[in-house]
Amino acid sequence: MQLPPALHARLAGAPGSAEPLPVERDPAAGTTPFSFAPRLVRFPREHDFFEDGDVQRHLYLQDVLTQVGGAPERPRRPSARVPEFTCQVAGCCQVFDALEDYEHHYHALHRNVCSFCKRAFPSGHLLDTHILEWHDSLFQILAERQDMYQCLVEGCTEKFRTSRDRKEHLVMRHLYPADFRFDKPRRSRGPAVPGAAEQVLAEALGDDRVPSEGDAMEVCSEHVEPSPEPAGERRAYSHRCLTRI
Amino acid sequence: MPRPLTPPLPPCAVAAQSVPCSRRRGPVACSVVQVYSRSTMWSRQRGGLKPLRCGVEQLRCRRREREAALRKARREQQLVSKRLLRDEALEEAEEGCVAMIFGEAEIQQFLRLAQRGTEEKEREGALVSLRRGLQRPETQQTFIRLEGSIRTLVGLLTSNQALLQLEAARCLHELSHSEQSAVVEACLPATSYLLTYLSGHSSDFIELCLYTLGNLIVESEAVRRQLLPQGIVPALAACIQSPHLTVLEALGYALSQLLQAKEAPEKIIPSVLGSTLPQHMLQLLQPGPKLNLGVAVEFAWCLHYIICSQVNNALLITQGALSTLGLLLLDLAGAVQRTEDAGLELFLLQKQPSLLPEGLWLLNNLTANSPSFCTSLLSLDLIEPLLHLLSVSNVVSVLVLTVLCNVAEKGPAYCQRLWPGPLLSSLLDTLAFSDTEVVGQSLELLQLLFLYQPGAAQAFLQQSGLQALQRHEEVAQLQDRVHALQQTALHG
Repeated sequence: MQLPPALHARLAGAPGSAEPLPVERDPAAGTTPFSFAPRLVRFPREHDFFEDGDVQRHLYLQDVLTQVGGAPERPRRPSARVPEFTCQVAGCCQVFDALEDYEHHYHALHRNVCSFCKRAFPSGHLLDTHILEWHDSLFQILAERQDMYQCLVEGCTEKFRTSRDRKEHLVMRHLYPADFRFDKPRRSRGPAVPGAAEQVLAEALGDDRVPSEGDAMEVCSEHVEPSPEPAGERRAYSHRCLTRI
Repeated sequence: MPRPLTPPLPPCAVAAQSVPCSRRRGPVACSVVQVYSRSTMWSRQRGGLKPLRCGVEQLRCRRREREAALRKARREQQLVSKRLLRDEALEEAEEGCVAMIFGEAEIQQFLRLAQRGTEEKEREGALVSLRRGLQRPETQQTFIRLEGSIRTLVGLLTSNQALLQLEAARCLHELSHSEQSAVVEACLPATSYLLTYLSGHSSDFIELCLYTLGNLIVESEAVRRQLLPQGIVPALAACIQSPHLTVLEALGYALSQLLQAKEAPEKIIPSVLGSTLPQHMLQLLQPGPKLNLGVAVEFAWCLHYIICSQVNNALLITQGALSTLGLLLLDLAGAVQRTEDAGLELFLLQKQPSLLPEGLWLLNNLTANSPSFCTSLLSLDLIEPLLHLLSVSNVVSVLVLTVLCNVAEKGPAYCQRLWPGPLLSSLLDTLAFSDTEVVGQSLELLQLLFLYQPGAAQAFLQQSGLQALQRHEEVAQLQDRVHALQQTALHG
């Protein structure tokens, strides 16, 4: 802080720290032909007063100040690439040569993983909702009597009787797509379909050829022991390891 | 089995981490700079200036052109600027490859490979090629017209493959940056997912989503009419708690675009004010060692848009906006001021003349109805520095004189402190101006001084004040006041 300490203290201090001088106005002040009266000035946003500032702002956004025409000289900086390394999570064989890629992979696929069915979710919030609705038997019991399905949009406190009602709310009220990937209904019990891994992966990538009976977020049955790796990763695993041999 | 919050790294990667792995971005190689009223964008640069290729004069010229275009755009209410994020590390890896224009067949091929390719590297590579192609408007147009292309891209964005997700997000980002509304609005099916990902943890990915959202937001009201019910405000409120500066800056950018919207005062600002966003914004503007300028700039603009919309400034004041901003201003002034002179942000104003109108506007509003502030101005000897600003410009002079009037009109106790001193000779100087508004304001100040300060009229006469007044006797807006002052000076 470069300002003299006394000044700084004064200005930053409590209001009225300087005893104000007495105010004593003469009625003749500001009378015709004069007109001065102190007034607060407020400018609406579009006022010309802000033109200079707005222009500065947009020049900043556009980075005009450091812009050069033609091929710019890029100062040599250390590369973001590192020697290849493997994801440390057990069972995941994904290989990386950039730390940023690894960070995203980790957070996308290993951070919010359901410990029951191994599905990965983009956020803690969606994971919590999934666990509650798919793996909590108390939830199932309560859901028979009251509205338990919470709207997925943060800040919306609406609850619904069924997940289908919730979906309709998401579509009508929140303009969500009807096929929102992170809100698939839990399927009724049935045996796991062999080769489900392939199907799930294909659907996860939006493959239109495969008939969609469900998608990556769906679990087939509570009775089936889920595989230790998420289905998508297993495929990558086997491919990756094969090619390395 | 809770997962560690930061990804565990193998030893070789830990060793490699001694190399800074912060994001690098730089201007993208492009041989043509085009000026649109909705302007083209360059990626943000970190870490100081790049060595200049072309001359300083050329740069200045370009900058003047840009400014003129922006002013024109603002007057036409067409001021739209977007931010483009391109990773310099990626650019370096792709050095020498020029962005191509791809046709339908090529785009379809890339999408097919990305979706159903057998080798991971192959799938990523296909998306990378597509992304580079999407830097060209022609490719963008072809892409959006291709049936199912956006749907496929969204599918990739939400897939299980993290690297495909990243590349798909980069493709969307290129599209969001387009000048063509049709291209930008084609991204709408992705928005619910972009918002969902804001609650994730991958800072690079979130940053990318935020800049993309910011570009989409500023595009049109149609886009915002979808984003608001989808919950963009709560999503941003959740995201602002991120510890990552890059995320915060991106968030500030997206929010500033939202708050700039024409319909913001009615449709957006109330819900922003009702969220936890304002208090977090103010926290991020606290001066001190943790203050990050890039972040602070964005949120300062957010506050500006909120405040000048006059929706509920009282709420901001209760949350400490005034003290936070005041202290921040002091902090910035202190960073500029290096001498021992007593001074306020006036010294900052002297160093930063472009801030003068705003600073004086602030002083006006502070002093107008506040005897305390006027007293402070006097007791801290700030009158003389104010007088020095009188020669800067007409606009500034009028503002300075208005502030002085605010002080003088409070009565004899105040005028006494304005007298004697350089004030009289400064006023005589301003009477020599030809600008009617400057002279008019000087006359108002003189009336107050004559009224409240015994001896002022006398001194005025002695210093040839009457001659100074004479030159304005014929000016319509001034003559009545000139005559009144002449009378007072001569006859008391």
